[in-house]
Amino acid sequence: MVDRVGDELAFNAQALKLRAQRQEVLSSNLANAETPNFKARDFDFGAALRAATGQADGVPAPGGVSLAVTNGRHIRANASPALPVALQYRTPTQAAIDGNTVDPDLERTRFTDNALRYDAALRMLNGQIQTLQRAIQNN
Amino acid sequence: MSMSKAFEIAGTALAANSQRLNAVASNLANAESVSGPDGQVYQARKVVFESYLMEGADAGGQGVRVREVVTDPAPGKLIYQPNHPMANEEGYIMMPNVEVVDEMVDMIAASRAYQTNVEIMNTTKTLMQKTLTLGT
Repeated sequence: MVDRVGDELAFNAQALKLRAQRQEVLSSNLANAETPNFKARDFDFGAALRAATGQADGVPAPGGVSLAVTNGRHIRANASPALPVALQYRTPTQAAIDGNTVDPDLERTRFTDNALRYDAALRMLNGQIQTLQRAIQNN
Repeated sequence: MSMSKAFEIAGTALAANSQRLNAVASNLANAESVSGPDGQVYQARKVVFESYLMEGADAGGQGVRVREVVTDPAPGKLIYQPNHPMANEEGYIMMPNVEVVDEMVDMIAASRAYQTNVEIMNTTKTLMQKTLTLGT
């Protein structure tokens, strides 16, 4: 039963974690908006969430390895990669002459969008917790 | 964890950009200095940024820091002012190689970058505070 509560919240908790990681990547892009040769990076949120919540079953997280399963009693073990998300370089629209590919306007848009979605995931999680609390307290 | 890293990354950008603003202030203040403490003419300072991997960043976030402060090797401007006490035999004085317009552009760019990163810090702070009150 205790596990089921955890499962309830797992999806939104995972989404929240990935949003926080994307926030880190995007703020790193903006911090390095004028660093020579810095390449802007980002990751595919949908793919990362599918990998993290096990919806892409049997497929190890990007960059990770998994043990071969040849018998039903084998335990499926996925080694967690050094980086939980597969970072990709952004395709530059207007590359600067110093090799920097950060477009500050674009990054700010993504940053604000991501912050908003983090807030949304937080609200969803809050709602779920309140629903569970109401069920437990029975009032 | 990632959220506090985002906070730290924006912090590194604030530090780097304030150093850049410092260099701009120094250049503008000395735009008319004929001679420095060593008797040589002042040379414009430029900061060079570099990115570096933050320790413990779980999504590979990179901060920014100042790699070095270089002096502009361009020669100073020779101006004919025979009445100046520092004038040489031909009546010329050496003025610093500071380009005031370039420095103003650099100043605006640095202050915009600073503002952007303050905004990032504010957004991240709000999100962190909301996360702290999760489930209440």
